[in-house]
Amino acid sequence: MEPGGFLEALQRAVELRFHGRGGQGAVTAATLLVRAAMIEGKWGQSIPSFGAERRGAHVLAFARIAGRPVPVHSMVRRPHVVVVLDPSLVYVESERAKVVRGIRPGGVIVANVPKPPRLEAGARLYTVNATRIAEELGLVVAGWPVVNTAMLGALAKATGVVSIDSVVEAILGYWRGRVAELNAEAARRAYRETREAIVERVAAR
Amino acid sequence: MPARMGLRGNEAVAYAVKLARVEVVAAYPITPQTIVVEKIDELISKGEMDAEMIHVESEHSALAAAYGAAVGGVRAFTATASHGLAYMYEMLWWTAASRIPLVMAIITRAIGPPWNIHVEHADIMSTRDTGWLISMAENNQEALDLTIIMFRVTEDPRVYLPGIVGLDGFILSHTVEPVEIPDQEAVDAFLPPRRQPYTIEPGDPKAMGNLVPDEYFEELRMDMHRSMLEARRVIMEAGREYGKLTGRDYSGLVECYRCGDADTLIVGMGSWMGDAKVAVDMLREKGLRAGALRLRWVRPFPWEELREAGLGKRLVVVLDRSISFGHAGPLFLEVSSALEARPSMVGVPAGIGGVDISYEDIARIVEEAYGMVEERGRVFIPVYWYHLGRFYRLSPGAAPPEAVARAAPGAGGGGG
Repeated sequence: MEPGGFLEALQRAVELRFHGRGGQGAVTAATLLVRAAMIEGKWGQSIPSFGAERRGAHVLAFARIAGRPVPVHSMVRRPHVVVVLDPSLVYVESERAKVVRGIRPGGVIVANVPKPPRLEAGARLYTVNATRIAEELGLVVAGWPVVNTAMLGALAKATGVVSIDSVVEAILGYWRGRVAELNAEAARRAYRETREAIVERVAAR
Repeated sequence: MPARMGLRGNEAVAYAVKLARVEVVAAYPITPQTIVVEKIDELISKGEMDAEMIHVESEHSALAAAYGAAVGGVRAFTATASHGLAYMYEMLWWTAASRIPLVMAIITRAIGPPWNIHVEHADIMSTRDTGWLISMAENNQEALDLTIIMFRVTEDPRVYLPGIVGLDGFILSHTVEPVEIPDQEAVDAFLPPRRQPYTIEPGDPKAMGNLVPDEYFEELRMDMHRSMLEARRVIMEAGREYGKLTGRDYSGLVECYRCGDADTLIVGMGSWMGDAKVAVDMLREKGLRAGALRLRWVRPFPWEELREAGLGKRLVVVLDRSISFGHAGPLFLEVSSALEARPSMVGVPAGIGGVDISYEDIARIVEEAYGMVEERGRVFIPVYWYHLGRFYRLSPGAAPPEAVARAAPGAGGGGG
């Protein structure tokens, strides 16, 4: 690495944060995103954040996607992109767990919600009903719709950080048979259905 | 062609164990180590790895079983963390003083109470005096590479001591990043058939662990020390050859980033030294000539390398992820001894129990330390604890605990 190159590599990286509930697959989503990036010849890193995780608890995961390796391993504090896997998390008020926390001006939020929420953020908001897509495809484990692959499709549409083709390829490489096909279909459907929502534009916090 | 895969640090270690053609693995699960042995189990059950996995009832037995296999003449491996390592402690001495090569991964984790599954270096640092070689990975690629290199170094007749590969719990163990997996042929060319000082086999009985004269015991101890010193050269040779086969050179016991013309050095080990490299770039943009020196090996201690890089510096900041209660961080104690405390030195314990420390925090720490040097000309502060954006002076002999309450803008409170 050229002197100074590490900072430059970091500055050119896309930093992401995933908010989910235990069982929805936020950690797997971040991992699949890295695999999709690697398919495109990029460098990627996914960092799970484990606390007292259990089914239903609020879970965070982070990812960085870049053209060149970035040496950092700390958590993402100022994401370009926030992916929200559970509708109920959009309105979490606590400073620590808010979905808009630290988001960069002009950043993107991709949320799984039945209809566009009222959200104050200096960010662009994209929405998709990933819960319905997961239920329609039977992607339900122990009563929980598993929305992570649908949200990767939505992420591809909203940001282009990876292409939908790479997302599908990563999914097909991760699972086998029918499970792989259903998850790939979830990503494709979400890609088609994701829309930009109009939000109240208030300065980023 | 080497394969490139997105792997968690634990999986990278498992692939290294497979490539080293380890024949016996014995382990007991503990977070965050579990994936290492789960992955090895998976590789064995898929027929990709030809080894015996022994599921034991405790970590003491895990190392005892791996040791027994190694004494019998095969390459053996185990992995643990935290409480598991504490439970295994007696066997660490037994293995090293028997001069039996063996490799163990330690996925560093805090030791309770209170319960904490995140990173602290107290576990791995408690092994320093047991006669094991100790290396510490910065990223998942290194976790794989160092594991393979460790087999070669520990089985060299000039060394014949066991070795530990450390990686930060969760920060590396559960983080996925691209890892290049060398070809089996390359690893086979790098790792000669197993060598060890003796084997115990049926029909060829030997006595072990006898009561010996005190003088003889002392000589054996100092022979371990002699071999550990000799290990430095073996590591350099092995690291160079590994570089020829893979393109990744490991001849250095330390890794230096922009050290040469620096007047301030950040010294530490493990994953946050990657963040330290970005901090160095940031500080340089602000005109502070910083460099980062990462200890890739803790035992043998890279004495010469540290002195060469550090003696002429104005300031050396040592990051520690654990503390020796009542004195200072263990790395600070070792580094200040090697540097004879000639530069200004500040020891900074931080990030203990998984508290997130980023490149911004490290830059802030260095600026704070540098500011004190500018103000006073020279400082020597063994413990300058950094916690959630504030500094606390807690050095032995200092005034009662005092908060140097200057909050760092935008730093701290990063979760974890």
